[in-house]
Amino acid sequence: MHPLKPISRAARLFLGAAFFAAFIAAWALATYGGYVPPLFLASPGKTLVAGWSLFTEFGFAGDIAITLFRVVGGFLIAAVIAVPLGLAMGAFKPVEAFFEPFVSFARYLPASAFIPLLILWAGVDEKQKLSVIVIGSVFQLIIMVSVIASATRRDLVEAAYTLGSRPAGIVRRVIVPAAAPQVMETLRLVLGWAWTYVIVAELIGAQSGIGHMIMDSQRLLDTGQMIFGIAVIGVIGLVTDMLFKAMNRALFPWAAL
Amino acid sequence: MSRQTLHIHGVTRSFPAQGKGAPTLALRPTDLTVAPGEFVAILGPSGCGKSTLLRIVAGLDTPSGGTLALDATPIRGPGAERGMVFQSYTLFPWLTVAENIAYGLRERGLPRAEQRAIVARFIARTGLAGFEDHWPKQLSGGMQQRCALARALANDPEILLLDEPFGALDHQTRELMQELLLEIWQADRKTVLFVTHDIDEAIFLASRVLVMSARPGGIKSEVVVPLPYPREWTVKTTVEFAALKARLMGDIREEVRKSIG
Repeated sequence: MHPLKPISRAARLFLGAAFFAAFIAAWALATYGGYVPPLFLASPGKTLVAGWSLFTEFGFAGDIAITLFRVVGGFLIAAVIAVPLGLAMGAFKPVEAFFEPFVSFARYLPASAFIPLLILWAGVDEKQKLSVIVIGSVFQLIIMVSVIASATRRDLVEAAYTLGSRPAGIVRRVIVPAAAPQVMETLRLVLGWAWTYVIVAELIGAQSGIGHMIMDSQRLLDTGQMIFGIAVIGVIGLVTDMLFKAMNRALFPWAAL
Repeated sequence: MSRQTLHIHGVTRSFPAQGKGAPTLALRPTDLTVAPGEFVAILGPSGCGKSTLLRIVAGLDTPSGGTLALDATPIRGPGAERGMVFQSYTLFPWLTVAENIAYGLRERGLPRAEQRAIVARFIARTGLAGFEDHWPKQLSGGMQQRCALARALANDPEILLLDEPFGALDHQTRELMQELLLEIWQADRKTVLFVTHDIDEAIFLASRVLVMSARPGGIKSEVVVPLPYPREWTVKTTVEFAALKARLMGDIREEVRKSIG
């Protein structure tokens, strides 16, 4: 092995799959070998069986759908607020001076601590679930987008001015396209956080969703179902992440070269 | 063909003091008049304020005193009538070569067909045919600067400001770029203000060379280049060229010595 030396695609796929295999093998050894009591950790086989019954008997597909809706909904609301505001803050310093101190304060407020308050304000319906995700991600997103827009190369802005751009043109035709790929990367990151918040929101006062199912399974000490639920989140996360990456590559061929 | 005269009267630039020190004077009061169609090179050691002067003309920097005007119109900020090519590569990475060249035309809202015709003309003139749909990242440094030149020229500016545009290129590419620029200038006779620290480049291209003094910068001397246009690269080997070079080198060396103390 040499530092920073790239490896082939096949080797990368093999190594990535190998760790998954090693992980499952260790899990199997711990459970089938009797090192861990079944009450605390279900075996891989039990987990798959539990997963099967979740889909066939407990309508788990519906839970997945509602959780997906909450994640995507909360994430989109946060993005619609944060991206334009962050770009405006990055581009125009008075806007930044106005919002930045408050946003910096607000982003340290833990979203989960808002749950009791949100239940009081919005009840236990979808509004509350979406609010948790929005509160958890919007402030972070605003700051990150603002930093990206602020970092627009000055020489590109100057070149645009000498080509006749006015301030509106600088924003629309330089700052926005220059920031776009990194903003999309940031959105990919924040979508991952949204998954954390949705599960937290579903652990308390929810009647549906993956988090609610995990909570229910705990009451029944069904570790197989709990592990299956967590694994499903991981798989969905992995798939959306890959889709996001593919979309960014397609949208910004100039940045990927 | 340019028609307007650039007037620079008593333009100075000082930078505010850092801490308790005195403000730094980067540019002493400078007067300069550039007639339409002139090719003026500003020659000086690094840090002499030559780029500052050019940026003030471009409207990217504000003078601390003095006035600038293009004919009777005062210069208050950047504008499309003063096109610029920078030393750093400033093509927009998200636009193709053709879209980069069309940038200024699109900002002016020219009809698509007209944009395409102008872009095609400058693609051909700068030897970029076949690279219209390439991203800037896919081009060599010389090609990027050719495209930047095409982008500035496509906008049909009254005056072209060049801030060491070939400074980052290797020697051979640089010489070819000089010839390309000269060819374009000889055909169009656009006013050019060209900043460089390369004496050969200044003599080869310019009709007039201004030597700037070390910080605080100011115009120290002025030399009219008597070599007739059109010039070929062979002019660099003539006795007149060598004599001019010797004279400018003397002037510059003095300033460099001052600036390094």
